[in-house]
Amino acid sequence: MSESSLSVTRVGDLANPTRFIAFVGRVLPVLAGVTALLFAVGLVMSFLAPEDYQQGATIRIMFVHVPAAWLSMMCYTVMTASAIGTLVWRHPLADVSARAAAPIGAIFTVLALLTGSLWGKPMWGTWWVWDARLTSVFVLLLMYLGLIALNRAMDDPSKSARVSAILILVGFINIPIIKFSVDWWNTLHQPASVVRLDGPTIHASMLYPLLVMALAFTVLFFTLHMAAMRNEILRRRVAALRRQAARGR
Amino acid sequence: MAYFGYIFASYLATAVALLGLIGWVVFDLRGRRADLAELEARGVRRRSAAAAEDR
Repeated sequence: MSESSLSVTRVGDLANPTRFIAFVGRVLPVLAGVTALLFAVGLVMSFLAPEDYQQGATIRIMFVHVPAAWLSMMCYTVMTASAIGTLVWRHPLADVSARAAAPIGAIFTVLALLTGSLWGKPMWGTWWVWDARLTSVFVLLLMYLGLIALNRAMDDPSKSARVSAILILVGFINIPIIKFSVDWWNTLHQPASVVRLDGPTIHASMLYPLLVMALAFTVLFFTLHMAAMRNEILRRRVAALRRQAARGR
Repeated sequence: MAYFGYIFASYLATAVALLGLIGWVVFDLRGRRADLAELEARGVRRRSAAAAEDR
Protein backbone atom coordinates (compact mmCIF):
# COMPACT_ATOMS: atom_id res chain seq x y z
CA MET A 1 0.00 0.00 0.00
CA SER A 2 1.58 3.29 -1.03
CA GLU A 3 1.56 6.25 1.36
CA SER A 4 -0.19 8.45 -1.18
CA SER A 5 -3.13 6.03 -1.36
CA LEU A 6 -3.91 6.38 2.33
CA SER A 7 -6.92 8.53 3.00
CA VAL A 8 -7.59 10.64 6.06
CA THR A 9 -11.29 10.64 6.88
CA ARG A 10 -11.13 11.76 10.52
CA VAL A 11 -8.78 14.09 12.38
CA GLY A 12 -7.92 11.12 14.61
CA ASP A 13 -6.47 9.33 11.57
CA LEU A 14 -3.62 11.83 11.61
CA ALA A 15 -2.32 10.18 14.78
CA ASN A 16 -1.07 7.43 12.47
CA PRO A 17 2.36 8.59 11.20
CA THR A 18 1.93 6.93 7.80
CA ARG A 19 -1.45 8.60 7.28
CA PHE A 20 0.03 11.88 8.52
CA ILE A 21 2.81 11.68 5.90
CA ALA A 22 0.22 11.04 3.18
CA PHE A 23 -1.84 14.01 4.44
CA VAL A 24 1.22 16.29 4.45
CA GLY A 25 2.03 15.25 0.89
CA ARG A 26 -1.41 16.42 -0.21
CA VAL A 27 -1.75 19.70 1.74
CA LEU A 28 1.84 20.97 1.51
CA PRO A 29 1.66 22.17 -2.14
CA VAL A 30 -1.55 24.10 -1.33
CA LEU A 31 -0.04 25.67 1.80
CA ALA A 32 3.15 26.58 -0.09
CA GLY A 33 1.10 28.31 -2.78
CA VAL A 34 -0.97 30.24 -0.22
CA THR A 35 2.24 31.26 1.60
CA ALA A 36 3.85 32.57 -1.61
CA LEU A 37 0.71 34.52 -2.50
CA LEU A 38 0.42 36.06 0.96
CA PHE A 39 4.10 37.08 0.94
CA ALA A 40 3.74 38.65 -2.52
CA VAL A 41 0.70 40.68 -1.44
CA GLY A 42 2.20 41.51 1.96
CA LEU A 43 5.51 42.73 0.50
CA VAL A 44 3.77 44.95 -2.05
CA MET A 45 1.54 46.41 0.70
CA SER A 46 4.58 46.88 2.97
CA PHE A 47 6.43 48.99 0.41
CA LEU A 48 3.33 50.95 -0.62
CA ALA A 49 2.50 51.84 3.00
CA PRO A 50 3.14 55.47 3.93
CA GLU A 51 6.13 56.41 6.08
CA ASP A 52 5.43 56.95 9.76
CA TYR A 53 5.56 60.56 10.98
CA GLN A 54 8.05 59.63 13.72
CA GLN A 55 9.81 56.47 12.49
CA GLY A 56 9.96 57.48 8.84
CA ALA A 57 10.78 54.64 6.44
CA THR A 58 11.96 52.36 9.28
CA ILE A 59 8.28 51.46 9.78
CA ARG A 60 8.94 48.96 6.96
CA ILE A 61 11.21 47.00 9.32
CA MET A 62 8.14 46.52 11.56
CA PHE A 63 6.45 44.51 8.79
CA VAL A 64 9.02 41.74 9.22
CA HIS A 65 10.08 42.32 12.84
CA VAL A 66 6.63 42.12 14.45
CA PRO A 67 5.49 38.93 12.62
CA ALA A 68 8.84 37.25 13.45
CA ALA A 69 8.41 38.19 17.12
CA TRP A 70 4.81 36.93 17.19
CA LEU A 71 5.81 33.66 15.52
CA SER A 72 8.69 33.15 17.95
CA MET A 73 6.09 33.08 20.74
CA MET A 74 3.44 31.17 18.80
CA CYS A 75 5.94 28.46 17.92
CA TYR A 76 6.78 27.98 21.59
CA THR A 77 3.05 27.83 22.37
CA VAL A 78 2.63 25.08 19.75
CA MET A 79 5.55 23.25 21.39
CA THR A 80 3.83 23.61 24.77
CA ALA A 81 0.61 22.09 23.40
CA SER A 82 2.73 19.28 21.95
CA ALA A 83 4.46 18.78 25.32
CA ILE A 84 1.04 18.41 26.97
CA GLY A 85 0.18 15.87 24.25
CA THR A 86 3.34 13.94 25.10
CA LEU A 87 2.88 13.96 28.87
CA VAL A 88 -0.90 13.57 29.16
CA TRP A 89 -2.07 11.65 26.09
CA ARG A 90 1.24 10.17 24.91
CA HIS A 91 0.15 11.11 21.42
CA PRO A 92 2.48 9.45 18.87
CA LEU A 93 3.06 12.68 16.97
CA ALA A 94 3.27 15.08 19.94
CA ASP A 95 7.02 14.72 20.50
CA VAL A 96 7.58 14.74 16.73
CA SER A 97 5.74 18.08 16.63
CA ALA A 98 7.78 19.61 19.47
CA ARG A 99 11.09 18.47 18.00
CA ALA A 100 10.23 19.72 14.53
CA ALA A 101 9.10 23.12 15.81
CA ALA A 102 12.20 23.97 17.90
CA PRO A 103 14.62 24.92 15.07
CA ILE A 104 11.88 26.90 13.31
CA GLY A 105 11.10 28.80 16.52
CA ALA A 106 14.80 29.48 17.08
CA ILE A 107 15.14 31.02 13.60
CA PHE A 108 12.06 33.22 14.08
CA THR A 109 13.48 34.37 17.43
CA VAL A 110 16.89 35.19 15.90
CA LEU A 111 15.06 37.11 13.18
CA ALA A 112 12.99 39.06 15.73
CA LEU A 113 16.15 40.00 17.66
CA LEU A 114 18.13 40.88 14.53
CA THR A 115 15.48 43.01 12.84
CA GLY A 116 14.63 44.63 16.17
CA SER A 117 18.27 45.57 16.53
CA LEU A 118 18.35 46.95 12.98
CA TRP A 119 15.32 49.10 13.86
CA GLY A 120 16.69 50.05 17.28
CA LYS A 121 19.96 51.54 16.04
CA PRO A 122 18.41 54.36 13.95
CA MET A 123 15.40 54.88 16.27
CA TRP A 124 16.84 54.38 19.77
CA GLY A 125 20.46 55.11 18.93
CA THR A 126 21.60 51.70 20.13
CA TRP A 127 21.67 48.14 18.80
CA TRP A 128 20.76 46.57 22.10
CA VAL A 129 19.59 47.31 25.64
CA TRP A 130 19.03 44.83 28.43
CA ASP A 131 15.43 45.90 28.98
CA ALA A 132 12.74 43.42 30.02
CA ARG A 133 11.31 42.78 26.52
CA LEU A 134 14.64 42.27 24.76
CA THR A 135 16.07 40.22 27.60
CA SER A 136 13.02 37.93 27.85
CA VAL A 137 13.12 37.30 24.07
CA PHE A 138 16.83 36.53 24.37
CA VAL A 139 15.96 34.03 27.13
CA LEU A 140 13.42 32.48 24.70
CA LEU A 141 16.23 32.00 22.17
CA LEU A 142 18.38 30.32 24.83
CA MET A 143 15.48 27.99 25.66
CA TYR A 144 15.07 27.01 22.02
CA LEU A 145 18.80 26.34 21.71
CA GLY A 146 18.78 24.34 24.95
CA LEU A 147 15.90 22.18 23.73
CA ILE A 148 17.59 21.57 20.37
CA ALA A 149 20.80 20.60 22.19
CA LEU A 150 18.87 18.25 24.50
CA ASN A 151 17.14 16.57 21.56
CA ARG A 152 20.46 16.06 19.79
CA ALA A 153 22.21 14.82 22.92
CA MET A 154 19.78 11.91 23.41
CA ASP A 155 19.64 9.50 20.48
CA ASP A 156 16.52 7.65 21.57
CA PRO A 157 13.48 9.96 21.15
CA SER A 158 11.38 7.85 23.53
CA LYS A 159 13.82 8.70 26.34
CA SER A 160 14.19 12.39 25.58
CA ALA A 161 10.48 13.03 24.90
CA ARG A 162 9.35 13.30 28.53
CA VAL A 163 12.39 15.29 29.69
CA SER A 164 12.00 17.64 26.75
CA ALA A 165 8.25 18.02 27.36
CA ILE A 166 8.78 18.93 31.03
CA LEU A 167 11.41 21.52 30.09
CA ILE A 168 9.10 23.01 27.45
CA LEU A 169 6.27 23.31 30.00
CA VAL A 170 8.55 24.98 32.55
CA GLY A 171 9.85 27.36 29.90
CA PHE A 172 6.34 28.43 28.89
CA ILE A 173 6.34 30.79 31.88
CA ASN A 174 8.52 33.07 29.72
CA ILE A 175 5.78 33.60 27.10
CA PRO A 176 3.45 35.78 29.25
CA ILE A 177 6.58 37.49 30.62
CA ILE A 178 7.57 38.47 27.06
CA LYS A 179 4.03 39.62 26.23
CA PHE A 180 3.47 41.69 29.38
CA SER A 181 7.08 42.78 30.04
CA VAL A 182 6.38 46.16 28.42
CA ASP A 183 3.46 46.69 30.84
CA TRP A 184 5.05 45.30 34.01
CA TRP A 185 8.40 47.11 33.74
CA ASN A 186 9.77 50.36 32.37
CA THR A 187 11.21 49.36 29.02
CA LEU A 188 12.80 51.16 26.10
CA HIS A 189 10.72 48.86 23.91
CA GLN A 190 7.35 50.46 23.20
CA PRO A 191 4.13 48.93 24.62
CA ALA A 192 1.79 46.76 22.51
CA SER A 193 0.15 48.66 19.67
CA VAL A 194 -1.80 45.91 17.87
CA VAL A 195 -3.02 43.29 20.38
CA ARG A 196 -4.63 45.59 22.97
CA LEU A 197 -7.92 45.50 24.84
CA ASP A 198 -8.84 48.94 23.47
CA GLY A 199 -7.94 47.99 19.88
CA PRO A 200 -4.90 48.70 17.69
CA THR A 201 -3.31 52.15 17.85
CA ILE A 202 -1.73 51.86 14.39
CA HIS A 203 -3.28 53.61 11.41
CA ALA A 204 -5.05 51.24 9.01
CA SER A 205 -2.58 52.08 6.22
CA MET A 206 0.17 50.42 8.29
CA LEU A 207 -1.96 47.91 10.18
CA TYR A 208 -3.20 46.02 7.11
CA PRO A 209 0.27 45.37 5.60
CA LEU A 210 1.38 44.22 9.05
CA LEU A 211 -1.56 41.83 9.40
CA VAL A 212 -1.06 40.38 5.89
CA MET A 213 2.65 39.83 6.61
CA ALA A 214 1.75 38.26 9.98
CA LEU A 215 -0.65 35.89 8.19
CA ALA A 216 2.06 35.06 5.61
CA PHE A 217 4.55 34.27 8.41
CA THR A 218 1.90 32.15 10.20
CA VAL A 219 1.00 30.06 7.14
CA LEU A 220 4.73 29.68 6.39
CA PHE A 221 5.28 28.44 9.94
CA PHE A 222 2.57 25.77 9.64
CA THR A 223 3.90 24.75 6.20
CA LEU A 224 7.45 24.40 7.53
CA HIS A 225 6.27 22.69 10.70
CA MET A 226 4.31 20.03 8.82
CA ALA A 227 7.23 19.46 6.44
CA ALA A 228 9.67 19.21 9.37
CA MET A 229 7.33 16.78 11.17
CA ARG A 230 7.30 14.55 8.09
CA ASN A 231 11.11 14.65 8.05
CA GLU A 232 11.27 13.76 11.75
CA ILE A 233 8.94 10.77 11.23
CA LEU A 234 11.15 9.57 8.36
CA ARG A 235 14.30 10.12 10.49
CA ARG A 236 12.82 7.88 13.21
CA ARG A 237 11.81 5.32 10.59
CA VAL A 238 15.41 5.26 9.26
CA ALA A 239 16.77 4.86 12.80
CA ALA A 240 14.34 2.00 13.53
CA LEU A 241 15.26 0.22 10.28
CA ARG A 242 18.97 0.59 11.03
CA ARG A 243 18.41 -0.96 14.46
CA GLN A 244 16.39 -3.74 12.80
CA ALA A 245 19.23 -4.31 10.30
CA ALA A 246 21.81 -4.35 13.10
CA ARG A 247 19.84 -7.06 14.87
CA GLY A 248 20.04 -9.06 11.65
CA ARG A 249 16.28 -9.28 11.00
CA MET B 1 15.32 56.75 1.06
CA ALA B 2 16.49 57.46 4.60
CA TYR B 3 17.63 54.46 6.60
CA PHE B 4 17.83 52.38 3.40
CA GLY B 5 20.71 50.29 4.75
CA TYR B 6 18.81 49.25 7.89
CA ILE B 7 15.66 48.40 5.93
CA PHE B 8 17.59 46.49 3.25
CA ALA B 9 19.53 44.55 5.88
CA SER B 10 16.29 43.63 7.69
CA TYR B 11 14.61 42.28 4.56
CA LEU B 12 17.80 40.54 3.43
CA ALA B 13 18.16 38.84 6.83
CA THR B 14 14.51 37.80 6.70
CA ALA B 15 14.87 36.38 3.18
CA VAL B 16 18.06 34.49 4.07
CA ALA B 17 16.52 33.07 7.27
CA LEU B 18 13.22 32.00 5.69
CA LEU B 19 14.82 30.60 2.53
CA GLY B 20 17.34 28.83 4.77
CA LEU B 21 14.48 27.18 6.68
CA ILE B 22 12.81 26.13 3.43
CA GLY B 23 16.13 24.74 2.15
CA TRP B 24 16.65 22.87 5.42
CA VAL B 25 13.31 21.02 5.23
CA VAL B 26 13.73 20.27 1.49
CA PHE B 27 17.28 18.90 1.80
CA ASP B 28 16.45 17.04 5.01
CA LEU B 29 13.56 15.31 3.20
CA ARG B 30 15.86 14.33 0.32
CA GLY B 31 18.41 12.96 2.79
CA ARG B 32 15.84 10.86 4.68
CA ARG B 33 14.33 9.52 1.45
CA ALA B 34 17.82 8.59 0.24
CA ASP B 35 18.46 6.79 3.55
CA LEU B 36 15.21 4.84 3.21
CA ALA B 37 15.96 3.95 -0.42
CA GLU B 38 19.43 2.75 0.56
CA LEU B 39 17.98 0.56 3.34
CA GLU B 40 15.34 -0.81 0.99
CA ALA B 41 18.03 -1.64 -1.58
CA ARG B 42 19.80 -3.64 1.15
CA GLY B 43 16.57 -5.52 1.78
CA VAL B 44 15.83 -3.83 5.09
CA ARG B 45 12.13 -3.03 5.11
CA ARG B 46 9.52 -2.11 7.69
CA ARG B 47 7.80 -5.19 9.05
CA SER B 48 4.37 -3.73 8.26
CA ALA B 49 5.38 -3.12 4.62
CA ALA B 50 6.86 -6.61 4.27
CA ALA B 51 3.76 -8.22 5.84
CA ALA B 52 1.45 -6.26 3.52
CA GLU B 53 3.39 -7.52 0.51
CA ASP B 54 3.34 -11.14 1.75
CA ARG B 55 -0.46 -11.07 1.96
